Amino acid sequence: MATVKLKNIKKTYPNGAVAVRGVDMAIEDGEFVVFVGPSGCGKSTMLRMVAGLENITDGEIEIDDRVINKVSPADRDVAMVFQNYALYPHMTVRGNMAYGLKNRGLPKAEINQKVTDAAKMLRIHDYLDRQPNQLSGGQRQRVAMGRAIVRDPKVFLFDEPLSNLDAKLRVQMRIEIKRLQRRMGVTSIYVTHDQTEAMTLADRLAVINDGRIEQMGAPIELYNNPATLFVASFIGAPQINLIPVQFDGKNLNSGDLQFSGFKDLPENTDLILGIRPDVLEPNNDGQLEMQVDLVEQHGAENLVYGALNGASTTDGYNTEICFKTDQNTQPAIDSVLKLHFDQNHAMVFNKETGERLI
Amino acid sequence: MKRVQFEHSTIPYLFIAPQIIIIAIFFLWPAAQAVHQSFLLEDAFGLSSQFVWFKNYFDTIGDASWRQAAWFTTVFSVLVTFLSLGIALLLAVKANEVIRGARTYRTTLMWAYAIAPPVAGLMGNLMFHPLIGDLYKFLNAIGWDFNHKLDSFDAGFVVVLIAVWKQVSVNFIFFLSGLQGISKAVNEAAMMDCKSPTRRFWTITFPLLAPTTFFLMVINITYAFFETFGIIDTTTGGAPGGSTNTLVYKVFQDGFRGADLGGSSAQSVVLMLIVLALTVIQFRFIERKVHY
Repeated sequence: MATVKLKNIKKTYPNGAVAVRGVDMAIEDGEFVVFVGPSGCGKSTMLRMVAGLENITDGEIEIDDRVINKVSPADRDVAMVFQNYALYPHMTVRGNMAYGLKNRGLPKAEINQKVTDAAKMLRIHDYLDRQPNQLSGGQRQRVAMGRAIVRDPKVFLFDEPLSNLDAKLRVQMRIEIKRLQRRMGVTSIYVTHDQTEAMTLADRLAVINDGRIEQMGAPIELYNNPATLFVASFIGAPQINLIPVQFDGKNLNSGDLQFSGFKDLPENTDLILGIRPDVLEPNNDGQLEMQVDLVEQHGAENLVYGALNGASTTDGYNTEICFKTDQNTQPAIDSVLKLHFDQNHAMVFNKETGERLI
Repeated sequence: MKRVQFEHSTIPYLFIAPQIIIIAIFFLWPAAQAVHQSFLLEDAFGLSSQFVWFKNYFDTIGDASWRQAAWFTTVFSVLVTFLSLGIALLLAVKANEVIRGARTYRTTLMWAYAIAPPVAGLMGNLMFHPLIGDLYKFLNAIGWDFNHKLDSFDAGFVVVLIAVWKQVSVNFIFFLSGLQGISKAVNEAAMMDCKSPTRRFWTITFPLLAPTTFFLMVINITYAFFETFGIIDTTTGGAPGGSTNTLVYKVFQDGFRGADLGGSSAQSVVLMLIVLALTVIQFRFIERKVHY
């Protein structure tokens, strides 16, 4: 159990590519922090710097107030779960889990005890003498977790550990990881590009974009109050609806559309109006008009997709719109619907800077 | 295992026919000839021959010079195999760690692969030439009374050196590709589990290279037994006093230089049996320890 501090860390690769552009972060003892972002945003690099698998170009990383920049990966007291499990193919499950302990010179009896305990916790004790290639993907994932758990490290590092699993198993393991982490209370950093995983696992979520932290906070805080256009569009599935607008002092305008009830916005500036799909509801007095072209039935809820009528088109923003509704509401394809939203739940961003204005 | 079913059973045989024909003409038929010859004793002019049962075999095994060649072959094969595997593995591990200029480095190390054994032997001849050979001069300069024309240890040293040098690049290629086949994440996981690079090598890298090593060991033993013929023929020619005769070279010498076809056939049959036994041992006992 430990705290982890990243102090203005930077990473530049020898070929000149900049992966991390100065990140500050303090992770508290026992906290589950998730780094989420699109591929290539630097989230994995940050994790690997904490693990010691990547040199730190600049800045400092501290675990429990000890600077670990120059400490070898094996001495950092961190354990990592890799995306493709990275099990040692020539060792049994037991061998895989015991390897790190053996190299640290623990007595045999203690190693056996720890391996057995961890295996029971993960329900892999029946496979202890099998080789990794005799296991299914989910079982391998558990072994990889087991290998981290037996080490009893200060920090768990997860590098997209669930992305090789099928959808059902992924949800199962997600829940299990969360429970395990709660129970063990080990400080954890988890990297993923899957925003559902990020939302559900994190105590605190860091949205990373282009080597910087875009915003960090509790998942629901990020969902409800995104600080930037990027966070708003990255967090939330289905994605937030974005409509390019301009403010004329009284209303927000987009093509033939007009939205009233907004104030204190810059005029003659390209703005983006963001409305979450669950904020929209069909209503004959609605401010928006959509032509339905697809209804996705998810069971308890339906997602209705279609074209937004009347909005202006700008580069990068199509005029597609989506809203979420219950399973009984199923508009006909090609029907035209009026949609209403409460402007208190709408967000306005500066298109250029991505900054949130309302 | 998925099986492909052909409608006509002749088609698969047609596919393997070229290979079977090659094996039959260049291996089975000569082997049968050798076995047949090994039971015959020919007169000096090759005009008549007589069936002598196992006399040629008893002569072969009873011959001190054959046993000397067998002993030299054993020592030679063990040295060549272990040295060329060891050096190649070391070079491959080091080359695998190089990031800058990796390609140049690797290409340079692979170069010697393209050299035929007799050419390697000729180059060795020049380097160890008593008048112009730099290595010859160097070894004498550092106080070693080196003369491979007279001293059998020195002659052995020369052929082992050349045979190893020639083989290292082949092994290097396989080891390097074996190393690159080890997943990066596995190496990283090991880095977090084990601090000592040496220990990591012996507990992770080496076991994962075992299939490559095993394959190379089989190849290298075969190389030391047979392919080094060209090196021995161009350098020592078995001299001094037959002390650098390998079994293969002796078969050639007795058969084609000594015109003792029966005797050399018997020798080659014995050699065939030795190699067969070695191969069986390798696959039965060592391969078990290999994890694929």
